[in-house]
Order: sequence, then structure tokens, then C-alpha cells
Amino acid sequence: MAGSGDVVKLKPHKLSARDLIRVGGVGLRNRPLRAFLSALGIGIGIAAMLAVVGISFSGRADLDRTLDQLGTNLLTVAAGKDSDGHTVSFPEPALPMIKRVGPVLSASGVTRLPDDVNVYRHEYIAKARTSGIVVYSVDNDLPSVVGATMAGGGWFNAATARYPAVVLGSSAAKRLGITTVRSNVVIQLGGRAFSIIGILNPVPLAADLDSAALIGQAAAADYLGITSGKTTIYVRSAERQVEAVREVLAATANPAQPYHVQVSRPSDALAAKLATDRAFNAVLLGLGAVALLVGGIGVANTMVISVLERRSEIGLRRSLGATRRHIRMQFLTESVLLAALGGVGGVVLGAAVTFAYALSQSWPPTVPLWAAGGGIAITVAVGALAGIYPAARAARLSPTVALAAP
Amino acid sequence: MTGDAVAELIAVSKLYPGGVAALQEVDLRIEPGELLAIVGPSGSGKSTLLNLLGTLDQPTSGEVRIAGHPVAGLSDRHLSALRADHVGFVFQQFHLAPATTALDNVADGLLYCGVGQAQRRERAARALQRVGLGHRMRHRPHELSGGEKQRVAIARAVVGEPDLLLADEPTGNLDTATGGAIVALLRELNSSGTTVVVITHDREIAEGLPRTVALRDGRVR
Ligand SMILES: Nc1ncnc2c1ncn2[C@@H]1O[C@H](COP(=O)(O)OP(=O)(O)OP(=O)(O)O)[C@@H](O)[C@H]1O
Ligand SMILES: [Mg+2]
Repeated sequence: MAGSGDVVKLKPHKLSARDLIRVGGVGLRNRPLRAFLSALGIGIGIAAMLAVVGISFSGRADLDRTLDQLGTNLLTVAAGKDSDGHTVSFPEPALPMIKRVGPVLSASGVTRLPDDVNVYRHEYIAKARTSGIVVYSVDNDLPSVVGATMAGGGWFNAATARYPAVVLGSSAAKRLGITTVRSNVVIQLGGRAFSIIGILNPVPLAADLDSAALIGQAAAADYLGITSGKTTIYVRSAERQVEAVREVLAATANPAQPYHVQVSRPSDALAAKLATDRAFNAVLLGLGAVALLVGGIGVANTMVISVLERRSEIGLRRSLGATRRHIRMQFLTESVLLAALGGVGGVVLGAAVTFAYALSQSWPPTVPLWAAGGGIAITVAVGALAGIYPAARAARLSPTVALAAP
Repeated sequence: MTGDAVAELIAVSKLYPGGVAALQEVDLRIEPGELLAIVGPSGSGKSTLLNLLGTLDQPTSGEVRIAGHPVAGLSDRHLSALRADHVGFVFQQFHLAPATTALDNVADGLLYCGVGQAQRRERAARALQRVGLGHRMRHRPHELSGGEKQRVAIARAVVGEPDLLLADEPTGNLDTATGGAIVALLRELNSSGTTVVVITHDREIAEGLPRTVALRDGRVR
């Protein structure tokens, strides 16, 4: 009992967050190469996952941008084929009837010319070597309805629609080896010379036109003797009534045989194509997750080795007054820092891959913030998980055994 | 009058698994301001005794009191606080952190004492000056001689101004002259109030100190 008056009360001390991070970083600073290599696994996993998300979002952003420009209110009405597989054409009043439907803003039709109307670069090419280019006769208002723009030259006017003149779709022009529109350049179309007056940019909502050669309605009749009805009609309707218009189009275009008619909404098809990439994305995400898991095991392994190697340091810290908790927190922090290092590197790498790929596709590069933040949060969780066992081992070490270690 | 002692062992025994009795029924009382040598042949239990004095280990039986606190009843957190505030250790192997300056090595002596970094460094600088290494603060361990390393370790042990400084063969890795200088430093620290316990194999050193405790086969002779 005696003398107990001068017994100072013992007060356990806390480690500040700053000191904890400083102490947790000791192992990384002392072995930077090892830290780099074990963070690399995690980094690659996160980079792969972020790039998948980023590229998919960039593609989505590109589609949104395209649809913003082109609108989602275009419907395509195709005449379809009969039971023999021949393309049928709409009866004459189809186009005027469609234009009369209330919410329809505008409509324009094209006629697909028979397959024996071939296109050649010039007349000396053997007849068997067709170019695979389809010929359509078109109305003058087609570009405004489908949202087509000119890459070069011009579209038909009232006069040129009657001439033997042709406008080429973008890939048709490429296939013919024609890049610019100059005067007096002709191609062979249906056995006679047509001069090229324009080349289209790609038309995302009417991709059929890209590989086609387009001539005026009157020219088709005058020079090729073809006067058959429309085979495809493009329809713009009021944005809110697209579905309602869609319902009535088949019967309006071909009241006698509405079941042959195929109505589609090209903007849906574009979105659906993107959606089919999702299964592929899921596989890539899965691979990224596996890389992350392997990376996490790598971090755990590094931490186990780190604890083994640093037993004497642990003993020393215990002699300086570190509690078991201090030691556990030190190694847990080290593990989290190690993994987070990989996470930050992975996010940077994944974002870089996304930017490079998106720019190469001329997409707007898009890295969702939640994906970047989520990626780093995942690595922190992986680091904490990987660190639990090694940190517990470090904390359990008896100080004397730790100090006796070499 | 137990309260006046810096450290007190009462009938302390330490058995290791496998039946080794490292200490048997040891009674030892260390008064404030003492300078004490522990001597004895290899394996006689010197390090075991020092570890018990520093609360790094617990006895199998008997009672250990440090600065008035009975060690047996204390939790890990309180034992650690006891070490942080009242005990300083010096080891034969120095145990300095590589790639870390002398200043920061010494400052780490206060890491677990609830002191902020700025103040830790300030006090570390003073401690280094006190051991005669004011000109080596920015040096890293591999740039220091053995004697200088041990001075850094001593500065780290005393930067928190402990009541009890425990040194386990601090001169074991040093030549005689350097070892002599380290002992002189320990004497100096002792004369300014710190209680010092030194394990040594060096008969000359032990004979030069005011009190010697000799161990043999785990018993005080
Ligand atoms: N962790 C342990 N487990 C089992 N036996 C131990 C352990 N530590 C020490 N011993 C035994 O306890 C006895 C005393 O050891 P201790 O380290 O205290 O000796 P010492 O006097 O410091 O010797 P030295 O001068 O060689 O350092 C020895 O027989 C040793 O083998
Ligand atoms: Mg020993």
C-alpha cells in the first residue's frame, strides 16, 4: 500500500491517422520494387474492369450523340418479299397515304432497282466482276428525311434528277475507288454512263444507302425504263407518337398485304447492337475480377512475407510502446496502401486505355466517376481483406520472440 | 515500501516450455537513480530478467512491479503505455530502421507516446545532441559507425525520458574503446537521474559500476 500516492496513472496512447499512414508506408518506402510489383496485379485487374466500363460508356455516349443529331423518330417501312423471295413494291398510293397520317412529319421513298442493274467503274471491266453495289431511284427530299449529308459534290435538284447523274453512298464510293467529285467523272450503271455529282457521308439511320448508288426517279424511267413502285419508305413522325404511327404503317402502306410489310425503328437497332456487346463485356469484367482476385492474393502473400521479415521491427515497436492494435493497424494500413496504390494506378491506366480507344473510334471518351471511385473503393476493400491475416499474425507475435528474430 | 522502487521482482520464476527454468525465485529491487550491471554466464537468464523488467514478457510465477504498477493485472494496452512512458530499451543489435535518418529513428521513440510529429522531431534533435550526435541527424544508419548507431539507439531510448533504461549487452557489437564510450554515456544519463540497468559480459565494465547483480542458472548469487 505504501507509496501508492506517487503511482502515475497509465494512459494508453492513440496513433493519429497521419502517423498511422506514415508508419503503414514504411514497408512500401523500403521496398519500392516489391510494392510496385504486388500492386501491379491489382492495378491490371482494375484497369481491365475500368476500361471495359469506360469503352462501353464511350460507345453509348457516341450513340447518344448520334441519335441526338439524327433523332429517334425515324421509322423504316420495307415492302418485304413475297413467298418466292422476290422483293415486292408498294402500291402507288403508299407514299401519299403515309404522308397523310396525322403525326407524320415527312416521308420519302426509294425504289430498289432489279439486281441485274449493275454498277461498274468503267465499261472495260468484265461483266462478271460486278461491284456489288445496289442501285436505288430516289426522291429529292430523301436526305432531309433520313438525315443524310454530303461528303462531296451535291444532291439532286429538279434538273439533275432527270439527267443520267448518280450520287454514291460512302462505302459504294470507296468500293469504286472514288474519293472526290470532279466534273465529267462517269461510271457505268445499268449499261450506260452516269456522271457522279455527289458522295454521301455514312447514314447511320439508313445504312442500306451507304453501299448504294442513287439516281433520280425520272432518270430511272427515262434511261433504264424502270417505273416500279417504292420498296422502302422512310418516315419521320412526331417524337411522342412514333409507336402509334408504327402501328398503322403496314396497313397504310400496303392495305392488301400488310403482313409482308416490315416496319423497323433504326435507332432501336443501333441501341440493340450495343446491347449485344454486353455479354462480351461481362466476360471481360469477369476476367478483370479474376485479375483483381489474383492481385489480392499477391498482396496477401507480400504482406505475409513482410511480416516475417520485419519481426525484429515489430519487436522494437512493441518495446517502444506499440500495442498489439497499433501493430495490427500498421500492417493493415500497409496492405490497404499497397492495394490502393494498385487501384489508383489501375484507374489511371484504365482511363488512359478508354481515352485512347474512344479517340481512335472518334467517340467522346467517357469514364464514369462512379466506376473510377468504385474501382478504388474495391481495391481498398481487397487490401483490407488481404491484410487481415498477416496483420493479425504480426499483432500476435510475442515481443520477446519478435526481438530475437534475425 | 514497494512504492519507492523503480522496479521490483518478488519471488519471480520464468519457465520456458520444454522445462527450462530461465529464472528461479528471483528477488530484486531497483531504487530510483541506480546504475546496475547484470552479469552471468551465457544462458544464465540475464535477457529473460531484463525482458521481465521491461514488461516484454510475463513471469510464470511471482510478482513484477514497474514504477509501482503490478504488471500481472495489466492489459496489453496498459502494459504498452507503461513501456511507452516509463521504460527505454537498448539492444545489442541497435534495431535502427534502414533508410531512415538518425533524427527520425530517434523521433520514433515517441511515436507511441501520444506526441505530435513536430514535437517528436524537436525532442529527437535534443536527444541526439545529448548523446553527442548533433552533427549526424540527417545521416542514415548505413552511414554511421557501430558506436554512432548505438548512440542513436540510446537517444531513441531516452527521448521519452523514461524512469528506467534497460540495455541488453549494448557494447556486445562494439570494440573496447567504443564500448567504453557507450558506458560513459550511460553513466552520464544516470547522473542526470535515469535509472539504468546494463547487461554485460565485460568484467571490467561491470566492476566499474556501483552495483552488480550476478546470475547463475537462473538464480541471483
Ligand atoms: N523463448 C525461449 N524458449 C525456450 N527457452 C528459452 C527461450 N528464451 C530463452 N530460453 C532459455 O532460457 C535460458 C536463459 O536465456 P537468456 O536469453 O535469458 O540467457 P542470457 O543470460 O541472456 O544469455 P546470453 O548471455 O547468451 O544472452 C537459456 O537456457 C535459454 O536457452
Ligand atoms: Mg541475452
